[in-house]
Amino acid sequence: MSSFSRFIRPAIGAWALLLLVVAAPVPSPAQQVNPTASSVNERQLLQEMDRIQGRVSIPDQRSSVLMQPAGREWREFRNVALRWIGGVAVLGMLAVLVIFYLTRGMIRLESGRSGRTIVRFNTFERFVHWMTATCFIILAISGLNITFGRPLLLPLIGFEAFSEWSQWAKFAHNYLSFPFTIGVVLIFLMWIGGNIPNKVDIEWIKRGGGLFGHDHPPARRFNAGQKGIYWIVVIGGSLVAATGYQLMFPFYLTGIEGMQFSQIVHSIVAVLFIAAMLAHIYIGTIGMEGAFEAMGSGEVDVNWAREHHSLWLDQELARTGPNDSQPQPRHAASAAE
Amino acid sequence: MARMKFLCDADRCIECNACVTACKNEHEVPWGINRRRVVTIADGKPGERSVSMACMHCTDAPCAAVCPVNCFYTTADGVVLHSKDLCIGCGYCFYACPFGAPQYPKVGNFGSRGKMDKCTYCAGGPEADGSKEEYEKYGANRLAEGKLPLCAEMCSTKSLLAGDGEIIAQIYKERVLKRGYGSGAWGWKTAYRETIES
Repeated sequence: MSSFSRFIRPAIGAWALLLLVVAAPVPSPAQQVNPTASSVNERQLLQEMDRIQGRVSIPDQRSSVLMQPAGREWREFRNVALRWIGGVAVLGMLAVLVIFYLTRGMIRLESGRSGRTIVRFNTFERFVHWMTATCFIILAISGLNITFGRPLLLPLIGFEAFSEWSQWAKFAHNYLSFPFTIGVVLIFLMWIGGNIPNKVDIEWIKRGGGLFGHDHPPARRFNAGQKGIYWIVVIGGSLVAATGYQLMFPFYLTGIEGMQFSQIVHSIVAVLFIAAMLAHIYIGTIGMEGAFEAMGSGEVDVNWAREHHSLWLDQELARTGPNDSQPQPRHAASAAE
Repeated sequence: MARMKFLCDADRCIECNACVTACKNEHEVPWGINRRRVVTIADGKPGERSVSMACMHCTDAPCAAVCPVNCFYTTADGVVLHSKDLCIGCGYCFYACPFGAPQYPKVGNFGSRGKMDKCTYCAGGPEADGSKEEYEKYGANRLAEGKLPLCAEMCSTKSLLAGDGEIIAQIYKERVLKRGYGSGAWGWKTAYRETIES
């Protein structure tokens, strides 16, 4: 029995194998397995999410982004759009100021100087103002250098000198951001009281702030224009600070798209900020007689205060009473009221 | 002059990371910097592919376009190089680069970005070819010695190809024809605005 099965088993096995081979479909070239049939596809991935990300075995997870063609749009923004926005904002503002100066000239003290002064900004306020202002000017120049230095300054001073200067400008930009931010916070806190928009501002704006003609709309400590500057500094300053620290501490909070977005917000707000500050500097210096003293010595002429901040002056005089240590104001001045 | 390019045949890459290691060793790249990396897409899923990526040495390179100090230059071979003496470490090239090539050593203040470092196509930098200064700043200059980038030269599956763009495109085309499939030249559309039709 065992000898029979020893014969028959291989025979059955052989037949079974033959059947299997015949029954199995003959593989034709068309039916060959295509290993790329289900494989990831570059074009498809880019269409789906505009970037390709995978897994890397190195610790730097930023490098897991294989491709981000969005860099191209950012490049377009930085090299074309930003230069237009910045150029138009800054040069446009300068042009407006030059035209205004040529047509209107310096806004004079119409009632002349009384020789009597009143404290407008105390030492602390002036310190904060000038700390912020100095930082702002250096930040603005070093920032503009990043956008406009290559086409404008580099051809003039050459590669080495421009690179050296840009390196220092970058350090200054990074370090001075701290006192600037502190300045913006202090400005926000110390002047918030006088900068809430109110009904007086509507009247002031309706009368064009007295920029044209010889009008002097009433104002409290800060008129609507100054309130505008205040809010530009507070909001613009906060935006450039927030986005600037993002750029300074790259990839702590966001990925590549966040960095690009931060740079876009930072640069647009910055050039508009610079344009606004040009107007602020103009009106505080050559644009208006007697204005610089407010931030210079901190004391303004009473007649200046009467012309430009009548409500504030009344308030101050009511609070402190006439100051006998100084000569009395000329009567012509009070008649002008 | 040849137009040098990289091409990674993703259907051959086995994610061995030897190109990464070879690059780090050849140029004594500092800790934390990867001039080349291997990214695995759809890891562990059907259709998974790995791509070895470094600087693609783009035509009309975005890094060069956005650099505020204009420290990039393109060699006669189409290799995009930069000067570390001019670089101020602002990080802009990283925002513009489609391939994440620029790397920054952690040496500076705050953002801790030192002079940018990236793949040189084993072609050094502006210093004299093969000089000590060049090696210290940019690594070996194999191209000046008539050799191709080490990452591609030692790729075990010949997935990563380096050399004249037309020749490596031809090699890839023949491969695709012979084996009957190919997932394309990754990054070529973005870097060179052309694809390899197969």
